[in-house]
Amino acid sequence: MTETLLQVDNLAVRFGQTDAVTGVSFSLEDGKTLALVGESGSGKSVTALSILQLLPYPMASHPYGSIKLAGEEIIGIDNDALRSVRGAMVGMIFQEPMTSLNPLHPVGKQISETLIIHGGLSRSDAMQRSLELLDLVKLPDKQNKIKSYPHELSGGQRQRIMIAMALANSPRLLIADEPTTALDVTIQASILSLLQELQQELGMAILMISHDLGLVRSFADDVCVMTKGEIVEAGTTASVFSNPQHSYTRHLIESEPKGRPDIPSDSGPLLLDIQNLKIKYKIGKGWFGRKRDFYAVKDFSLKIPRGQTIGVVGESGSGKTTLGLGLLRLLKAEGRVVFNNAELFALSQKEVRNVRKDVQIVFQDPFGSLSPRMSVKQIVEEGLGVHEPELSAAQREQKISEALYNVGIDPRSMNRYPHEFSGGQRQRISIARALVLNPQFIVLDEPTSALDMSVQAQIVELLRDLQKQLGLTYLFISHDLKVVRAVSHYIVVMKDGDIIEQGDADELFDNPQAQYTRELMKAAFMQ
Amino acid sequence: MNLPIELSPIAQRRWASFKANRRGYYSLWVFSIIFTLSLFAEFIANDKPIIASINDEIIFPVFFTYTEKELGGVFETEAYYKDPFILEIIDRTGWAIWPPIPYTYNSVDWELQAPYPHPPDSRHWLGTDGTNSDVLAKLIYGFRLSVLFGLSMAIISSVIGVAVGALQGYFGGATDLVGQRIVEVWQGLPVLFLLIILASMVEPTILWLLLILSLFSWTALVGVVRAEFLRARNFEFVRAARSLGVSDRVIMVRHVLPNAMVATLTYMPFILNGAITFLTAIDFLGFGLPVDSASLGRLLGLAKINLQAPWIGVSAFFTLAILLTLLIFVGEAVRDAFDPRRIYESSHDDDEDEGSDAEETVLAEGAAP
Repeated sequence: MTETLLQVDNLAVRFGQTDAVTGVSFSLEDGKTLALVGESGSGKSVTALSILQLLPYPMASHPYGSIKLAGEEIIGIDNDALRSVRGAMVGMIFQEPMTSLNPLHPVGKQISETLIIHGGLSRSDAMQRSLELLDLVKLPDKQNKIKSYPHELSGGQRQRIMIAMALANSPRLLIADEPTTALDVTIQASILSLLQELQQELGMAILMISHDLGLVRSFADDVCVMTKGEIVEAGTTASVFSNPQHSYTRHLIESEPKGRPDIPSDSGPLLLDIQNLKIKYKIGKGWFGRKRDFYAVKDFSLKIPRGQTIGVVGESGSGKTTLGLGLLRLLKAEGRVVFNNAELFALSQKEVRNVRKDVQIVFQDPFGSLSPRMSVKQIVEEGLGVHEPELSAAQREQKISEALYNVGIDPRSMNRYPHEFSGGQRQRISIARALVLNPQFIVLDEPTSALDMSVQAQIVELLRDLQKQLGLTYLFISHDLKVVRAVSHYIVVMKDGDIIEQGDADELFDNPQAQYTRELMKAAFMQ
Repeated sequence: MNLPIELSPIAQRRWASFKANRRGYYSLWVFSIIFTLSLFAEFIANDKPIIASINDEIIFPVFFTYTEKELGGVFETEAYYKDPFILEIIDRTGWAIWPPIPYTYNSVDWELQAPYPHPPDSRHWLGTDGTNSDVLAKLIYGFRLSVLFGLSMAIISSVIGVAVGALQGYFGGATDLVGQRIVEVWQGLPVLFLLIILASMVEPTILWLLLILSLFSWTALVGVVRAEFLRARNFEFVRAARSLGVSDRVIMVRHVLPNAMVATLTYMPFILNGAITFLTAIDFLGFGLPVDSASLGRLLGLAKINLQAPWIGVSAFFTLAILLTLLIFVGEAVRDAFDPRRIYESSHDDDEDEGSDAEETVLAEGAAP
């Protein structure tokens, strides 16, 4: 069992003139798990894709290095030989199960396809084997599921289908490229334990690509830490984590969001009082078909004191983002929301515009939330133009500089465009756009989810500092319990539009009452 | 070539990508040169001198109208400068500078002794047509008229189409539903019949045609623009602007419209081509401009009547073919330059996809010559 299955030697990948990977070497034995860890742009995905030669050749090239799979060189072999490796000896699962399944074919047909091509099975035999595979990946109700289309399945179910496809021809090596990143935490845990069981049962090797240190720690035998196209540290998981040698590894390990928010003076005056908030969508078919009301948020009540951070936690579909948009009147909502003694939902369009100055929002995607056609100055300036049109150009510039300075962006770069900034910097610009109006209340909708781990920690730090300096009140929406823990004073756990549990952050984390909260925490902290 | 105005980075990249398409780039040059020349058609082909001196007085017949009496003649009507009498006055008392082609699109060559249509010779470089006017002069004026007509129609219908599509897409819901149905009904109206009815009531002028065709051609863009607005109104930067309290009108113009402009600009060259072809077609059928107007379609119609004079048809055909081909080449290059799959490749993937990032740099490098 300890034969070397995959041997990568001094591998380099070049795109045009740019080196993506330089001199990467590692090896993997049968039945073992190796993890490639790194932040975005570190070259880990490119390395994994080159094992199956899935890069866009000839734009990509390997100037030197070798990849040996069971003793056979992969680089430079012809297409026929390559096809017998792909899907047969090596299986692969991708990050996003929605886009890696063809939406136009039932999943059963997609699983049997590789069986027919590689295993030479007949159509009915392949179907039979597909059912067995679905059994293997523990998909409930497999007789019906095999005939369903990808969009009829949930994210976790789709990922199980992907795993079944990858396992169809009993590969010796499974490459898993961020297999759980797109999934909710509780589903992540179940997919990982499935992979572990399958590995033991089938004795295959797993090459895992991930940015999630917690996941790697509990899952992999060996770890290679990559940055800027190089492996800076390699070793057994235990030794790398307990005794990191390279400064980058230490930086990664230490960069998990830590710390707690400052304890504010207890129970500040009430800023926002939400009573029986309901938000519904109409769903239904066609013109005359009966429409059904779907409540994304059901009967939500909460009192938010000034100067505190309320963390709203939930998985996808729990209604947490809808809640944020509803509070800002970006969606239609029922109920009462009292902000600074103003009844928010009873105000006219004009009056709402005045309140908007005090209530701001920061979105998840730092790429989508800044208009690519406007300079940073124009982006930050926009709110000033609406709310303080009396300012002179110089005063405006002064305010913009201040806001940018507060979030740690050099004000001299205000004439540059968003694409010239990194993800973390863009998120800082988004925060500056909210801050320039001196708001009292900011809704933070997953502000760190799209960022690398070490950048997340910086943003969390920034948010805490700003709160202390400016006395801001946050509604912090996130699925990431670690981040929520680091910023929140009070936590609300949501599921399917309902509040499952709420309470002071420390109490709730130390002693969760609801079963669902306990599951969430177990999955998130991998205990 | 550097543009005099400062472009945003994205526009610079598009311009580079447009230039990289050499066929489209050179087509744009050729088209611009021909079009600019045709804008000065009066100085190239005219039956009046550009400038003349009569009785020690400098006159500009191209710009001003002079009666024959003013020039020393008898009639109170506008002078006809090719009248032997006027020519004699000019000869006797001064001089005149004539355009290289001394005919305009509807001037009849009375002095030509041979029967018309007359084949090409040194007097008429592309011959004369069935009304005994110069074919080349007609082509120059016809080219200008076609392009100007096409451009104005493309602009008018884009403005209306973008506005309607924007309102439908941005507000959605009932506005969208009602708007879409109206557009569908409107699209069902038969344009050609309306033009035939119009032709029987009034003498169609170019403005009449422009009005009628614009009334029905704006629907082309509504669908695309509406789709872009439907997509863009949920972009986070649009939501962010709404949460800042920016008004709907400003959001539509400043944040959403630039997204829709890509689709609009991509369609423009093809709308332009369609307008030119349509004008030619109705002129050819005889429902468009009057018979002596500077219209390529009318010229084709005359060619059909005078099949024994192939130079009319051949000239008109090649003019149209070259014009439409140039515009299509330019249109293709514009479409490729605005292709969002090339432009947005790197700016919109938020997960670590090193592969496509690297691809993007390669593309950008390849695009810059």
